[in-house]
Amino acid sequence: MNRRDFTKKAGLAGISSIVATDIVFREMMPKGYVPLAFQDPDPFKMFQKDQQMVVLNDRPWNMEAQAHLLNDAVTPNKYMFIRNNGLIPEELDEATWTLTFEGESVKSSKQYSLADLKKKFKHHTYQLTLECGGNGRSEFDPPAKGNQWTVGAVSCAEWTGVRLKDVLADVGFKEDTVYVGYYGADLHLSRNPNKHPISRGVPLHKAMEDETLLAFQMNGEDIPLAHGYPLRLVVGGWPASTSGKWLHTLTLRNQVHDGEKMQGSSYRVPCETVAPGEKVADADMCIIESMPVKSLITGPKTGAVINEGQRLDISGHAWAGDLAVKGVDYSIDFGSTWQPCSVASAVNRLAWQHFKASIELPKKGYYEIWARAEDTKGNRQPMVLPGWNPKGYLNNACHRIAVKVV
Amino acid sequence: MTGMAVLLALTALVIMARYLNRPSELLEEEIQVEEGAADLDPNAVVNGVHVRTGLVDGPGLTEVVNNCTTCHSAKLVTQNRMGEEQWNATIRWMQETQGLWDLGQNHTVIVNYLITQYPPIKKGRRAPLSNIEWYDLK
Repeated sequence: MNRRDFTKKAGLAGISSIVATDIVFREMMPKGYVPLAFQDPDPFKMFQKDQQMVVLNDRPWNMEAQAHLLNDAVTPNKYMFIRNNGLIPEELDEATWTLTFEGESVKSSKQYSLADLKKKFKHHTYQLTLECGGNGRSEFDPPAKGNQWTVGAVSCAEWTGVRLKDVLADVGFKEDTVYVGYYGADLHLSRNPNKHPISRGVPLHKAMEDETLLAFQMNGEDIPLAHGYPLRLVVGGWPASTSGKWLHTLTLRNQVHDGEKMQGSSYRVPCETVAPGEKVADADMCIIESMPVKSLITGPKTGAVINEGQRLDISGHAWAGDLAVKGVDYSIDFGSTWQPCSVASAVNRLAWQHFKASIELPKKGYYEIWARAEDTKGNRQPMVLPGWNPKGYLNNACHRIAVKVV
Repeated sequence: MTGMAVLLALTALVIMARYLNRPSELLEEEIQVEEGAADLDPNAVVNGVHVRTGLVDGPGLTEVVNNCTTCHSAKLVTQNRMGEEQWNATIRWMQETQGLWDLGQNHTVIVNYLITQYPPIKKGRRAPLSNIEWYDLK
């Protein structure tokens, strides 16, 4: 059938319920272009991502990196994972964008234009590690439902914005403030405007840290659309879901914020450890705060074949939530013996730290290189899956790459 | 094919109307539809996989497509593997909090499809490294 023919036959009567479509980018859409429902939009082009990124979900969009893509000291957009809970907002206008402060603990509600925020408060730039709470979920057994992240839901980009604490001081909040919750402009998957896809936040003490930003730039440019343009709350070291995208409202609460995905099994783990598969009552679940110590070997890519006598140079990053990384060790013998890597200091608090080592592999054969980081409190990464939890969060088991000497 | 083609066109118009907030009559002349895409049968199954969604073919496929891919992508189904109790709990959660409707008699059909096509796989505490693509490192 001729395309134009069936197009002309179409009418709009009684069909409003047929399609719940993907995201809509009015400003990015060439005039006259029809995104067919059965034709996948090209997410790599749309979000300017590298072709080696892995799409886990297309409604909502979720995409992760592979370990070797994350070798840069500062993660560029093309290798940054996307974790969306809802649909990317349809209308985003920087010129009219505002941020509203409200809630029972605000002295009186206040609104700033984005231009005001930029003009009125001092700008700060930090490299901040953002890791999805569910990074590594694919290893859970019994399995945990949700996007099956492997290792690539982590990034450390350079964020520029104003300190939330500076703005909060200007807003004024009551002494009973315990939590700061966010609301963004993303749409619930059902397109029900009364439902929020996600509305999380952080306790006041975390909100008041120097590195907690109301960011309007990432890596020196406007924040990319998928990462929260034009304004994002950025909270380094905590589950990336606390870093609310497309931010338009912050609510100052006199109780723990009770927005969408603050309760039940969302971003919460059993307060006390449980056996794999055990049922856990809501009352026994605790909100995830600082992420655990973890590391990733980003060079070389797994699967390297080298010649006998050739040295193997490895590189990677390590991070430890609110803490710093004290050291990173590597093992070439499945954890029997460990040798230290050299580890650089963080460029600023909450940025990941880079490690490297030059390894001599003794003879021909199959090897796995394992990396194990240790934080400043002496916690080390486990060799196997750590404590099971219903939604598969916080898997910080050591990363492994395969190497063959021939 | 005609029904499908009309559905496609309607879809396109709904989307266009959403983008541009303009009456549909004005849009028709502007519309360009990509070659090939319109000939895709929405029910096509190739090598046991439903092409449009990536779901495995089997009894209950239609019910799953119709009820489970309206709000979210089929990828959310295909990347998960769960037992009967967990799939039931997931449906219940979607009904209580996410606006999923009462599935009626389709409930059992859908759950049976899911536990047959997407049952859990035993992984243990740590699986061996697999799917390694070997390459010469210079």
